[in-house]
Amino acid sequence: MRLEYFQMVDRIVSLDPVARTIRMEGLVPEQSPIFEGHFPGHPILPGVLMIETIAQTGGWLVLATLRFAAMPFLLQVKEAKMRSFVVPGQHLETEARLIHDGSGYAVIEGSITSDGKKVADAEIRYRVVPFPNETLRAQMLETARRIEVPEAYFHAA
Amino acid sequence: MSSTFETVAGIIADTCDIDRDKITSESHAINDLGIDSLDFLDVAFAIDKAFGIKMPLEQWTQEVNDSKVSSDEYFVLCNLCTNIDKLVAAKSA
Repeated sequence: MRLEYFQMVDRIVSLDPVARTIRMEGLVPEQSPIFEGHFPGHPILPGVLMIETIAQTGGWLVLATLRFAAMPFLLQVKEAKMRSFVVPGQHLETEARLIHDGSGYAVIEGSITSDGKKVADAEIRYRVVPFPNETLRAQMLETARRIEVPEAYFHAA
Repeated sequence: MSSTFETVAGIIADTCDIDRDKITSESHAINDLGIDSLDFLDVAFAIDKAFGIKMPLEQWTQEVNDSKVSSDEYFVLCNLCTNIDKLVAAKSA
């Protein structure tokens, strides 16, 4: 994870658009300017970044389901729960399930676990719109390659 | 359509915190009930789930934006319910 760049997903472990599920892993860095302020003497991953982690994980699932034809933007966070602290150096696994693929929107349920213990969960809703420009789409594809989204999902079958 | 309307009106009342008595079949979801686009997506999600359909909101919005149809066609509740019934019928056909 590179928190300052909002890179919350290190690697996609599994992705199944038919089953509508995704799982990713990420390592919270030992060092980050974020921990200097959150909090001095007690560094923990901000809850908003846990939500962002769930949102990005589900977002990759939506992107793969749509074969990168449109972009999901965070619209709504429902029932978010931060169940325990996440500290520097902690390994996280995040799962998400697409529960509804609507017209112009999508809904996922996701959770973060660490050492088999759930540390956060939330329902995330996205507004799904055409990419605003080709630059963003190209950047998303480049990131998708880096985090090992299978290339089969990059384009329409 | 009447049961569809009762379901939709209940969804709107619960989702948007609108007094159920103010919701009639002639109400325009946006102009009369003041439902904004974010709340309408909540309503759409609840309707999609309740009826097992996928309302084509993008298509409807595009038609309204292109002035092909009046927004009344899709957002006055009796018309919305008629469209829902059509989608349900098409799904089970």
